[in-house]
Amino acid sequence: MKNDPGLYDYWPYVDRPKITWPNGARVAFWVAPNIEFYELAPPINPTWTPPGRPVPDVMYYSQRDFGNRVGVWRMMEAMDRCGVRGSISLNIALCDHHPEIIEECAKRDWEFFSHGIYNTRFTYGMSEAQEREFIEDAFASVEKYTGQRLAGWLSPALTNTERTLELLAEYGIKYTCDLFQDDQPQPLKVNSGRLISMPYSLEMNDIIVYNFDLSSPRHYAKVIRAQFEQLYEEGAESGTVMCIPLHPFLVGQAHRIAAFEEALAYITGHEKVWVTTGREIADWYYEHHYDTVLDALKSTRQSQG
Amino acid sequence: MTLPEDYLRYPNRRHGMDHDRYEWSNLFRRNPVSWPGGAKVALWVCPALEWFPLDMQNKPFRPPGGLERPYPDYRYYTHRDYGNRVGIFRIMKVLDKLGIKASATVNSAVAERYPFLLREVTRRGWEVIAHGVDMAHLHYGGMPEAEEAAQIAQAVTTLRELSGQPVTGWLSPGKSESHATLDLLAAEGIEYVCDWINDDMPYPLKTGQGSLYSMPHSHEIDDRLILLQYHHSERDFTEQVKDQFDTLYKEADKYGGRILSITLHPWVIGQPYRIKPLEEALSYIMGHKDVWCATGSEILAAFKASQ
Repeated sequence: MKNDPGLYDYWPYVDRPKITWPNGARVAFWVAPNIEFYELAPPINPTWTPPGRPVPDVMYYSQRDFGNRVGVWRMMEAMDRCGVRGSISLNIALCDHHPEIIEECAKRDWEFFSHGIYNTRFTYGMSEAQEREFIEDAFASVEKYTGQRLAGWLSPALTNTERTLELLAEYGIKYTCDLFQDDQPQPLKVNSGRLISMPYSLEMNDIIVYNFDLSSPRHYAKVIRAQFEQLYEEGAESGTVMCIPLHPFLVGQAHRIAAFEEALAYITGHEKVWVTTGREIADWYYEHHYDTVLDALKSTRQSQG
Repeated sequence: MTLPEDYLRYPNRRHGMDHDRYEWSNLFRRNPVSWPGGAKVALWVCPALEWFPLDMQNKPFRPPGGLERPYPDYRYYTHRDYGNRVGIFRIMKVLDKLGIKASATVNSAVAERYPFLLREVTRRGWEVIAHGVDMAHLHYGGMPEAEEAAQIAQAVTTLRELSGQPVTGWLSPGKSESHATLDLLAAEGIEYVCDWINDDMPYPLKTGQGSLYSMPHSHEIDDRLILLQYHHSERDFTEQVKDQFDTLYKEADKYGGRILSITLHPWVIGQPYRIKPLEEALSYIMGHKDVWCATGSEILAAFKASQ
């Protein structure tokens, strides 16, 4: 085992090259709904077994299934009203189970990025051959059902191996959401190809806020606004990224959706916000900032070196 | 390290669900439901009458509210027991005042131990929903089927006898089931189950035995979850009930009748300082027109009739 991920160097949030977004926006804002499928009777992964009741865990399973029957549509309506396209963190098997949901998202020109095959199949312990099969499955299925070429990746249930990000770069994935070390995109140290870390968020993630921080719906709306205001302020100097990761089974509950929509409308009501997708942020970053940042990282390394 | 070969095989990766208990369906693409009198929202209030035996083992898991201390745990036992002695009567007073008929989910042990309480439930015209034998008798994957069948029969038969009601609704303790539970319930004449929290409306379940529906008994709009598990304030509780109502009330205009289901635990919401926040939430709801207070069976019957 290593004592450091080895994926990036220490790079303080001061004196960095200025990041700019289209039309002088201060914040690149994206919303990432996790559209997921949790199996009723998943196989055991020897490395990690999340706590739960004996199979069938009806409560756990049906709570998540709520997202695909009810929550996703409430969330979609709220996003439509605010003019926000989603970047979907997709359990790939959902293409097979619920193509009806995929179709509605595709109709809206939402992006699909990979969140593994099921949220109940973890990457821990996979051999390289298995991990390759897993990644190839994701590419093939998303292309087949949506015509899109995968650009982003969030490991299922945030489970990785040491080689995951290296493989993703090799397969041409442009951005990963698995790392939480920064509020700006950042080139990662990979051997082949290019890969950036994209600010996703644990702090703004509804599952963290509701289920781990145990916040109320209105408190969630409050922290979303506060997060945005700070990043908007800092974005006047150099562009920032704000992501809101969602889980339709949580935010799509009737008692939560209105407060969330108000917070969303507050953000999109600002002028200097680029309401966009993960792929578009990555593309812009590669085109305008990647090389400059890489040079800056190199000279930082030398001066620290 | 390598995972077993079949870790990347997906035998149930297909259109629809990964089991055959029900069909997938989009709530917003269904036939609109009409409630009696053209109501927008059916209000379904479900107080739980539970008994947590002093010697409960919490196997294979601790149900919500289960005792936590080594035997004899007077601390938790009596705190839960408070609900059946004091808390429920505060709730009854509020519901009586507002003209709300509830559906009590009742452990059969409560009916046997506290006949006075059961009479207070039935004389108000509240529905009795079977809630298992008691909170120590869980239903879970891997339990012997004969044992589960006997547990269900005991609960349902006792409640039917003592309440004089047909008792056609079921809520498993802790909303926990085995693979056989739904079949066993249907065989016992149960017509609706409250364990599945994947929908805001009823939907049909498939069993080997005939018709069974899932009813949207609330997991989220639940005093114990909001106040004790999430540690939200009483004011937050009231707000969340109101917000839930507002969303459903509004949706009804476009998508047909909705159900506002409220789950109450007398040992939680029946505490002196919490009862007014409940009253405030319910008064807010009852202050709207087109709200239909109904029991689980009445709601299901109206749902079926409008399909």
